Amino acid sequence: MRAVVTVIGKDMVGILARVSAICAKNQVNVIEVTQSVLQDLFAMIMLVDISKCMIPFSQLSDELTASGKDMNLTIHVMHEDIFNSMHRI
Amino acid sequence: MIDTHDILETIQMIDNENLDVRTITMGISLLDCIDSDIQKACDKIYDKICRYAGNLVKTGEDISKDYGIPIIHKRISVTPISIVAAACQGSDPVRFALTLDRAAKATGVNFVGGYSALVHKGFSPGDYALIQSIPEALSRTEFVCSSVNVGTTKAGINMDAVQKMGHVVLETAEATKDQNCIGPAKLVVFCNAPEDNPFMAGAFHGTGEPDCEINVGVSGPGVVRAALAKAPNCDISQVADIVKKTAFKVTRMGQLVAQEASRRLCVPFGIIDLSLAPTPAVGDSVAHILEEMGLESCGAHGTTAALALLNDAVKKGGVMASSHVGGLSGAFIPVTEDAGMIAAARCGSLSITKLEAMTSVCSVGLDMIVIPGDVPPEIISAIIADEAAIGMVNSKTTAVRLIPAIGKKVGDELNFGGLLGGGPVMEVNRFSPMKFIQRGGRLPAPLQSLKN
Repeated sequence: MRAVVTVIGKDMVGILARVSAICAKNQVNVIEVTQSVLQDLFAMIMLVDISKCMIPFSQLSDELTASGKDMNLTIHVMHEDIFNSMHRI
Repeated sequence: MIDTHDILETIQMIDNENLDVRTITMGISLLDCIDSDIQKACDKIYDKICRYAGNLVKTGEDISKDYGIPIIHKRISVTPISIVAAACQGSDPVRFALTLDRAAKATGVNFVGGYSALVHKGFSPGDYALIQSIPEALSRTEFVCSSVNVGTTKAGINMDAVQKMGHVVLETAEATKDQNCIGPAKLVVFCNAPEDNPFMAGAFHGTGEPDCEINVGVSGPGVVRAALAKAPNCDISQVADIVKKTAFKVTRMGQLVAQEASRRLCVPFGIIDLSLAPTPAVGDSVAHILEEMGLESCGAHGTTAALALLNDAVKKGGVMASSHVGGLSGAFIPVTEDAGMIAAARCGSLSITKLEAMTSVCSVGLDMIVIPGDVPPEIISAIIADEAAIGMVNSKTTAVRLIPAIGKKVGDELNFGGLLGGGPVMEVNRFSPMKFIQRGGRLPAPLQSLKN
């Protein structure tokens, strides 16, 4: 099962490190990362494998969202299916 | 990798354009709860609802978290109670309403629909007793919704029921006048009521439905408006195309949620209701979509045409995105629940006569309209008759949900708060339809050929 983590907010040092640390801690494998910085707005999208995740998905989502709040970032964790079903026929 | 643009678009829709799944509604048949002893019937109903829907709210919340999609309501619809109550002649049907209310509290849902009667051709004693009890039932319960079907295209309109409902709407407002007249906001009078509608207050679980099923209502007026705002100068064909594409995406999300809810609850999936359901929140308005198309204010000439386009395009886009479509499917125009409609009513651009014209092309009917508290019951009945006639002749669902604001007059405001919103008291035509309404009888079903 794969999920998409999106991080949007003001660019700063350590965003990628912090998000991937939470992933690593919970055995969530990062498959792909794209990121762009537009002026000083940071947008990162990670595709992660959550099939070996040690905690329930909702807990992971809460943890990432909370850590985003600490850094003034908006973090969404959403199941991959939502994008596939909305944007593909 | 999934397209970055698609991901950001979805997040934008959810964060800034109020995209959500409006409701997961579990339809539960109560036919096996019928018992001539009302206490036993109520016990069976309570047990069955709690057994089937015990996990509904939790499952809805889990899906919402897993997929990152807001799911606003978790609700229950049941077999029209008049059918269950028919076996308990002489008993007070309000006891069923109290049971449903108790079951709603126990399961944590925010509405149970189905305190209903289908009387399009005539009343059985059970139907009549239930209709008679609606004012008391709605004033003594918090989560129960009621509906009465007074007409169909095949049966015509039961004018005795229309006459009766004028009184019932007014009495329900009287009975809840110390709670902002909230009673009639939970009461819908239908023509051609669908059996699988997931939206309140008109939801009930028809007798042709399975024992239990999951119906899902999607929403997203803000998403459609935002999509149109990105193409300010395109022609009407392109406007229709944009609405279709957006409705497709919104409905696919609903389909995913419905399938997942069905799987997790081990209950068959029924239908997706392809509706644009507004809320009073800024940016979640159907009226604003019409204004985005180029009307200065909702209610201006051109509104009916714009709404016809919107309603049709939503269905066309949604139908392809879902395996089964049903319910009310289309654009809702509830005045108090739509920021744009409220503003249009306040500034005088939107009148009840224009709303009536709009209902001939929208998904439902005259919805959440606040009228003065001194409007006599025969005028309410006549509004119901007009609306039912539009539905009957055009083979579509129409409904009336009027709120007589007791003690208030035109220009005053009535506020419910929350999703029911609030709005100005709107004037009705005061010339008397008394004689017409008092005649009673049945308005014959229309011819289905010679269409013009």
